[in-house]
Amino acid sequence: MTQTAQERAHVSAPASGITLSRLMPWIIAILFLLIMPILFGSNSAITIMNQMMITIVFALAYNMLLGQGGMLSFGHAVYMGVGGFMCMHIIRMVEKYGIPLPLPVLPLFGGLFGLGLAMIIGSFSTRKAGTVFAMISLGIGELIAACSVIIVVFFGGEEGISGDRTYGLPFFGIEFLQQKEVYYLLAFWTVLSTILMYLFSRTPVGRMANAVRDNPERAEFLGYSARWVRYFSFCASGFFAGIAGGMFAINYEILTGEQLSLIQSGAILLITFLGGVGLFFGPIIGAIVFTLLQTVLSLQTEIWQLYVGALFVAAVMFFPGGLAGVLMMHVPAIRLGKLHLLIVPYIRTLVPAVLCIIGVAVILEILFHVRHSAPGDNEMTLFWITFDSHNPVAWAIGAVLALGGFWLARMSAPDLRDAWHRANTLDGGAA
Amino acid sequence: MDLVVINLIDGLVTGLLLFLLSSGLTLIFSMMGVLNFAHASFYMLGAYFAYQISLYVGFWPGLIIAPVLVGVLGALVERYGLRRVHQYGHVPELIFTFGLALLIEEIVQFFWGKNIVPFEEPAALQFALFNIGGNAVPAYKVFMIFVAIAIFLGLLYVLTKTRVGMIIQAALSYPKTVEALGHNVPLIFMGVFGVGTALAGVAGVIAGPVLGTFPGMAFLLGSIVFVTIVIGGLGSLFGALVASLLIGWLTTFAATYNFEFASILTAFGMERPEDLSESYLRDLWVLTLPQIGPILPYLLMVLILVVRPYGLFGKRDA
Amino acid sequence: MTVPALQLDGLRKSFGKTEIIRGIDLSISAGERHAVIGPNGAGKSTLFNLITGRFPQTSGTIRLHGHDLKGLAPFEINRMGLSRSFQITNIFPKMSVFENVRCSLLWSQGYKYSFWNMVSRSRELTEGAMEILDQINLTSRAELPAGVLSYAEQRALEIGITIAGGADVIMLDEPTAGMSHSETDYIVELIRKVTEDKTLVMVEHDMGVVFGLADRISVLVYGEIIATGRPEDVRGDPKVQEAYLGAALEAEH
Ligand SMILES: Nc1ncnc2c1ncn2[C@@H]1O[C@H](COP(=O)(O)OP(=O)(O)O)[C@@H](O)[C@H]1O
Ligand SMILES: [Mg+2]
Repeated sequence: MTQTAQERAHVSAPASGITLSRLMPWIIAILFLLIMPILFGSNSAITIMNQMMITIVFALAYNMLLGQGGMLSFGHAVYMGVGGFMCMHIIRMVEKYGIPLPLPVLPLFGGLFGLGLAMIIGSFSTRKAGTVFAMISLGIGELIAACSVIIVVFFGGEEGISGDRTYGLPFFGIEFLQQKEVYYLLAFWTVLSTILMYLFSRTPVGRMANAVRDNPERAEFLGYSARWVRYFSFCASGFFAGIAGGMFAINYEILTGEQLSLIQSGAILLITFLGGVGLFFGPIIGAIVFTLLQTVLSLQTEIWQLYVGALFVAAVMFFPGGLAGVLMMHVPAIRLGKLHLLIVPYIRTLVPAVLCIIGVAVILEILFHVRHSAPGDNEMTLFWITFDSHNPVAWAIGAVLALGGFWLARMSAPDLRDAWHRANTLDGGAA
Repeated sequence: MDLVVINLIDGLVTGLLLFLLSSGLTLIFSMMGVLNFAHASFYMLGAYFAYQISLYVGFWPGLIIAPVLVGVLGALVERYGLRRVHQYGHVPELIFTFGLALLIEEIVQFFWGKNIVPFEEPAALQFALFNIGGNAVPAYKVFMIFVAIAIFLGLLYVLTKTRVGMIIQAALSYPKTVEALGHNVPLIFMGVFGVGTALAGVAGVIAGPVLGTFPGMAFLLGSIVFVTIVIGGLGSLFGALVASLLIGWLTTFAATYNFEFASILTAFGMERPEDLSESYLRDLWVLTLPQIGPILPYLLMVLILVVRPYGLFGKRDA
Repeated sequence: MTVPALQLDGLRKSFGKTEIIRGIDLSISAGERHAVIGPNGAGKSTLFNLITGRFPQTSGTIRLHGHDLKGLAPFEINRMGLSRSFQITNIFPKMSVFENVRCSLLWSQGYKYSFWNMVSRSRELTEGAMEILDQINLTSRAELPAGVLSYAEQRALEIGITIAGGADVIMLDEPTAGMSHSETDYIVELIRKVTEDKTLVMVEHDMGVVFGLADRISVLVYGEIIATGRPEDVRGDPKVQEAYLGAALEAEH
């Protein structure tokens, strides 16, 4: 019997070795990171990519709590922020006292301080998961954020703390004067943190974090204290959030109290959730998409946060798996080799749906302009067209787009549902 | 002494206001297990609706209409939003209400802008009702106290003396049994959510003129309300009352007594350094009680949680 | 004399004013297969919950291999070699079947709260989990989320999780509840197989199963044990027949 069990272990147990196909996504990602600044070398592009990488590390750290451990935090910006502030102080000390510290190791210190804070706070906040944990995280977050205006020595009050990263010990001759050099430094830390976080999810505590998330009581009857499992996840998450804080300090050379606020904590929740909490790479997608979305939308419209808020609420209601979840929904169809069945129905539903959204946006933009522009200023520009915001034709175009798009999308939705069903069904059999 | 009385009154106003919010929040939480993060957003909507109504017909009709509108909106949110998300579990529910709070703030900014709107007390109440040692007590504050207390008495009556109240109380502890007895529990949930948010709406209407009607008012008060119910113990109405009053008085008293922390340092035999900018304790030397007033609720929460993880009156398994 | 595997003295438990467990004395020796029977609501599951640390007892003592369990949390009791299953299936629904079993092996294989070992690199873990899956006939389901298994399969997994850690005292709460005849036979065989050389305490309603498996039986009625002994003796006990068994035996025919 043991014999057969062992034989089967080799057949169907998840393969344990490091194979090329498993390393492939990582290699591609690293190559991608290496060539991005060559393809997009402008300063603004690099600025955006730097921001993306910081957000990726923070979102992955946040998902160690939310997705892997089932703990919803409304105050996680604090761990990133405190790590960042500490790094900023170190940068200043390097500048002031000439401490021979090379800049590239700085995020490690951020991580250690994030870890330290998480060890203290986690000691009482992880006793319970769910609502209680969420509320405590909110309270602690607000407390520390409020301290930023009181403890001026550390947080620098209103102006925050700023420094100059270039005073550090040159690292193989690099002084990090240029954005591109900073880019590669951040890329290194992003890859390293991502690998470490991925590996963490494969360790005994990482596995038990999932178990405790699903069923804390049962985990206790397997010899694990749910509370300690949560504590370890929490500390690890604080560590990586601190690393993200260190990356932030290096990149922006300034930290303010805003970095600790509920707004930041809420933003990372939103990013992680939009990306997808159920899969390891979900937050990465979330960070990339959100940063792009924010950059593009905030240039185009004043009410971009309204759109993001609506998108978030819609996602929670209709796509609780986030973008990663939507992508993974297509895996069965790909496996069956039937993805092509979906292409035409998708186009026929999504194009009208996008038109509908554009129509709604047009109406919202005009309405906003009418309400908030200076009296007499009736001229507005939308989608590169300038027109009079009180002109009924503009309203009518928006309404037609919205209603017509909605109607068309509705008409073709049943077809899409059909195609979806066919694409996920084996030929001549049930799903 | 007079100042103490004034502070007691001011603290009572703040405390009752907090309780208008925390009671609805607690009712919703103990019934549906959902902590409604957007609760304070409904409070904000109450203020803005009343402001909009006051532009046309004055303050008084708004006191009734705005909470009703808010309550209907709350019920709709429960019916078409929360009930849908419920199937995914409590954490997604909480995320949903958080997203809703963000969205409502954006919607409010969309319609009324980022700045404070001129929502004011009705002219009929803009006078000092009486003086205590030279300090005027505005009639409007007394009016707020009366409104809040009247609502609680009404609520208490409904909960303890009416059929609906009995069913709600039963549904609080045994939702399955109540459903088995043929009561429409989803409808009760929707109703409780609507009433809870309407209470928040009332709070918004009466607080808007005093605390200011602006898009940040929801998150500003919201965090304190959550801290309040954590301190009181999640799911305990009595705990919510005690914690609300406690925080009301705590913050009011802290805001008026200009106690300087330097005196503590001196008592420990330390000497104020000549050049404060060099000292690492410089923040302590200049710190005063009113400065830390706003963070006292959070400090209190941390202290209580370390000692009593379930809050003052919380049940162990809430 | 050897120390009994499990010993209860004057065990009592009240929920509010109602006393559910009303003074239980029981001694179960190592290697014994002990069945607890009794009508619904008698307090059998509550007794299990007291022994495994899910609820604190109101008074009395519980000893596992002679050690007092008072005030210990479930995970501490589990580490002392006691493992249990639940009357209502209690698994990790979103994790794969394989993952469910592997997680239940972690502590017993000494991994504790390690964050420097990769679970997939351990041969013992993988093989151990596959062996358990083989025992409970779920090898073909290894990669599925546990939540999509059929009821009987989930019950089998529940038992698999319970025995995986290698505890020497196994407590099963109604392992065959809600199963068809063939499924019951299969589960009984499984229990017999996996509890070889172990102490087994089980709650069971199916008298066929009880008389087939148990070395000794305790009859629990209204929070009290009214009889304990070998199956034949208990069957003949008039008190038992009056209180419970008669009705149950009648119902079977
Ligand atoms: N957590 C609890 N709180 C209050 N009463 C309980 C609790 N758990 C069980 N009971 C009561 O204890 C009695 C025994 O239940 P239980 O142990 O499940 O019976 P059995 O498993 O023998 O059918 C029942 O009347 C039940 O209502
Ligand atoms: Mg039972």
